[in-house]
Amino acid sequence: MTINSVSVRDLSLSFGAVTVLETLNLDVKDGEFLVLLGSSGCGKSTLLNCIAGLLDVSEGQIFIKDKNVTWEEPKDRGIGMVFQSYALYPQMTVEGNLSFGLKVAKLPQAEIDKRVARASEILQIQPLLKRKPSELSGGQRQRVAIGRALVRDVDVFLFDEPLSNLDAKLRSELRVEIKRLHQSLKNTMIYVTHDQIEALTLADRIAVMKSGVIQQLADPMTIYNMPENLFVAGFIGSPSMNFFRGEIKDKGGRKVIEINGVDFAMDAYPARGPMEAGRKVVLGVRPEHVKVDEPGEEIHDAIVDIEEPMGADNLLWLKLAGQTISVRIAGARRYAPGRAVKLSFDMSMASVFDAVTENRV
Amino acid sequence: MAEVVTLNNPSAKAGTVTKLAAGPKGKKPRPMLSPRNIMIYGALIFAAAYYLLPLYVMVVTSLKGMPEVRLGNIFSPPLEITFEPWVKAWSSACTGLNCDGLSRGFWNSVRITIPSTIVSIAIASINGYALANWRFKGADLFFTILIVGAFIPYQVMIYPIVIVLREMGLYGSLTGLIIVHSIFGMPILTLLFRNYFSSLPEELFKAARVDGAGFWTIYFKIMLPMSLPIFVVAMILQITGIWNDFLLGVVFTRPEYYPMTVQLNNIVNSVQGVKEYNVNMAATILTGAVPLIVYFVSGRLFVRGIAAGAVKG
Repeated sequence: MTINSVSVRDLSLSFGAVTVLETLNLDVKDGEFLVLLGSSGCGKSTLLNCIAGLLDVSEGQIFIKDKNVTWEEPKDRGIGMVFQSYALYPQMTVEGNLSFGLKVAKLPQAEIDKRVARASEILQIQPLLKRKPSELSGGQRQRVAIGRALVRDVDVFLFDEPLSNLDAKLRSELRVEIKRLHQSLKNTMIYVTHDQIEALTLADRIAVMKSGVIQQLADPMTIYNMPENLFVAGFIGSPSMNFFRGEIKDKGGRKVIEINGVDFAMDAYPARGPMEAGRKVVLGVRPEHVKVDEPGEEIHDAIVDIEEPMGADNLLWLKLAGQTISVRIAGARRYAPGRAVKLSFDMSMASVFDAVTENRV
Repeated sequence: MAEVVTLNNPSAKAGTVTKLAAGPKGKKPRPMLSPRNIMIYGALIFAAAYYLLPLYVMVVTSLKGMPEVRLGNIFSPPLEITFEPWVKAWSSACTGLNCDGLSRGFWNSVRITIPSTIVSIAIASINGYALANWRFKGADLFFTILIVGAFIPYQVMIYPIVIVLREMGLYGSLTGLIIVHSIFGMPILTLLFRNYFSSLPEELFKAARVDGAGFWTIYFKIMLPMSLPIFVVAMILQITGIWNDFLLGVVFTRPEYYPMTVQLNNIVNSVQGVKEYNVNMAATILTGAVPLIVYFVSGRLFVRGIAAGAVKG
């Protein structure tokens, strides 16, 4: 039996007439790194605040370590939290920030010193202990903020967009550090972000949220390769997946999707159910699953519109079947605009969604 | 290549350099007597003179003896400087039967202002903190009622408060006046503190709650140390407001507890004998000195506090 570290049961939250979360269920396994991913306003931070006990829920229950904490104060829930704006107490030194919670809890000084020393060693912030937060850089501040969660010696870490205020370079550095921290501590971590790269790189599982509802909860590769619906497919991936509206047809015993008069054979697509002819669908293909000028079963002609060299990759925008399609190829292969190319699609990696329900077929 | 050398090292080729340096260079000159400057400085000097002239007349008159005052040249500097009027205003000017000057009023005002300021700021800051951070049920209604209180004219409330204080046995005492001042300061101060605490990052408050701090711990350990500027602002508001108050002082106290402003009025408006303008001027300056000093001393602190808050990352 796997122990659930955090469980959310039928959680609802509304502010007046506005419903932010609706009968939401979520189980986070012990030691799991779960990322709540969504654009702003989708309720991901609200959910995290509910788990932390900073917001009172309207309906439902929250369990941490199989203990019902729905009505508990934040400090009694066994959580540590890291905020986007670091939220360090500006008038205290780093040491004061780390030890504040422990002093409030009236721990013996020897224990406080031990925990502060351990946390500052893990995060390599010993030289900063006597400084004020205003004398630290953004990356150092966020390290201290993580340290403040660390000294609490808790089972569950909650991160609320911790890297959003940092510049790109620091963000990728700290991302690696958080991952390393998780690997060494093996704590449960719930991490809110709108950044899909953070989600894909850090998570054991990702919960993609929209309008207070979890759209898909799965490991990063499943989310990326087999999105459950059109929203998840469009949200994950940069540049985003190419979508074509079309209709399923039966041509000579083969299933094809006809898009603006162009047929795309679907033999290789791992369909979940029968693909009835006449059904309106949306075909989704990621930019890297289109081959350019390589041998393939089915060849489509296209014209290069714009080329975006990005170093390691080269991104081509092409015209196909009256639509614009993006294709990712190796950075060394260059194509001038206006050049005619031959495309072939890897349908085993494609996604097909019902045009009405927007769910995966 | 040659041009690059010339640009980097002007002394290298004198000929080319003169050609390059012929055009405008460095700071753009601005004539002192441009129309713009004349307008700005003219208006400022005029406004400053307009407000400073009465003060000048007061200072000059208070340093003259009565014979000189009777000459009527109010703008002329004193021929013979005397501090007699100041001494008299402070220690022996008569109000009714008492002839011990303004000093009693001064100490009354001190005994009124200090406790009123402390009590009103202490309560209002806690009100503001609770309203900003602990969204209790009915907080909005409570806040609205408090704000409406700020718009009700004093005159409407005076008589009911007189009755309330009489029933409590506090009418005419300093304690009663201190309570009245604290209550009247509440709406505006609460608004001030609530807005300030709302402007502090909410995540700090959340972090403190996760750390296990309660209502008072967060107030004293987290909020107070970050709020020095707003406390200075509130202190300036209260000290000057209460010190300058006349109406509440005259209504709610007995003559022996009259604040300085009321006593000043009694000295200046006494109808018996000669009008001692020099003493009146000295008494007025003495009464206004406290708010003036507060502005000069803490005004600077206050600006520094605001600036410090603004650049904090």
